Amino acid sequence: MAKVFIYPATSLILSDMVARFGHTPLSSATAIRERIQTAGLESPPLQITPEEPKKGLKWAAVEVPAGVRGRMSLYGPMIEAAEAAIIINDADFAFGCMGCARTNELIKFLVHQKDMPKLELNYPKNEEEGVKFVAAIKRFLTGLGAPK
Amino acid sequence: MTDYTPTHVGSVTKYVMVESFEITPADLAARGYEISKGVMIKETCFGLVLNGKEEEVDRIVTELRKIDPGHIFVKDRGFPPGDARRCRANLGGARPGYNGLEFEMSILPYVSHGLEVLNSKDEKSVPSPEDPLEHPLLDIHKLKKLIDAQES
Repeated sequence: MAKVFIYPATSLILSDMVARFGHTPLSSATAIRERIQTAGLESPPLQITPEEPKKGLKWAAVEVPAGVRGRMSLYGPMIEAAEAAIIINDADFAFGCMGCARTNELIKFLVHQKDMPKLELNYPKNEEEGVKFVAAIKRFLTGLGAPK
Repeated sequence: MTDYTPTHVGSVTKYVMVESFEITPADLAARGYEISKGVMIKETCFGLVLNGKEEEVDRIVTELRKIDPGHIFVKDRGFPPGDARRCRANLGGARPGYNGLEFEMSILPYVSHGLEVLNSKDEKSVPSPEDPLEHPLLDIHKLKKLIDAQES
């Protein structure tokens, strides 16, 4: 069972596909859950405290906006832990945690830099593409090793 | 700054989304309640939100998927159900994050079709989708056609 980083990290489709075919998706929700369930100082809504942009310094320089560094404190550790990645390239609509274009560029850059199996896709636009999309993901995930 | 005391520590929350002509969130909720064993189940317009111990939630998800495997989709959620920081009852308007789900729900029928086709077909026999990183050069014949179309 491999840890698969998904981009967009909030994607329902990718999260479901990875879990369906027996691997662990690394998504925003698990990183946010970790913070929501940890005691500390009240910092609504996402419990992103002033400590997070400091942790983000590992992946982004100090002159990079705090929003990017704060987000990188969520995604950086996930990219480091990832054993594979699935990227949807035409995800125009990135919301919430994925709503920062500069962070998204940095995430894609870091994923591409890392030596691990990667699958690059676009969202399907019709049923025929839907079949190819699911088949590509299934082939990729089956090739990663035995599911649970 | 005030201290933050988390609730639902050690629990997981998952969305179960339904995109089907045959079952509704109410059907899923009824099946979920039958086997819930202490897991919190909230019915929503798009499906269910489950909260509880990881093993229990996974067990219910596995059972619910069996009802309509190609049309039920599951995703993790960071916040517990009804959390005041996220619930639209407190904030008004769509819940933050719903816009992303709404966008992907427009694509789910294609994915469902893909899952159904692959039940009876080997994925190795399906050609790969276009590589989004490839930017093929403009074909010379296509260029000639474009020029001809422009001149006529």
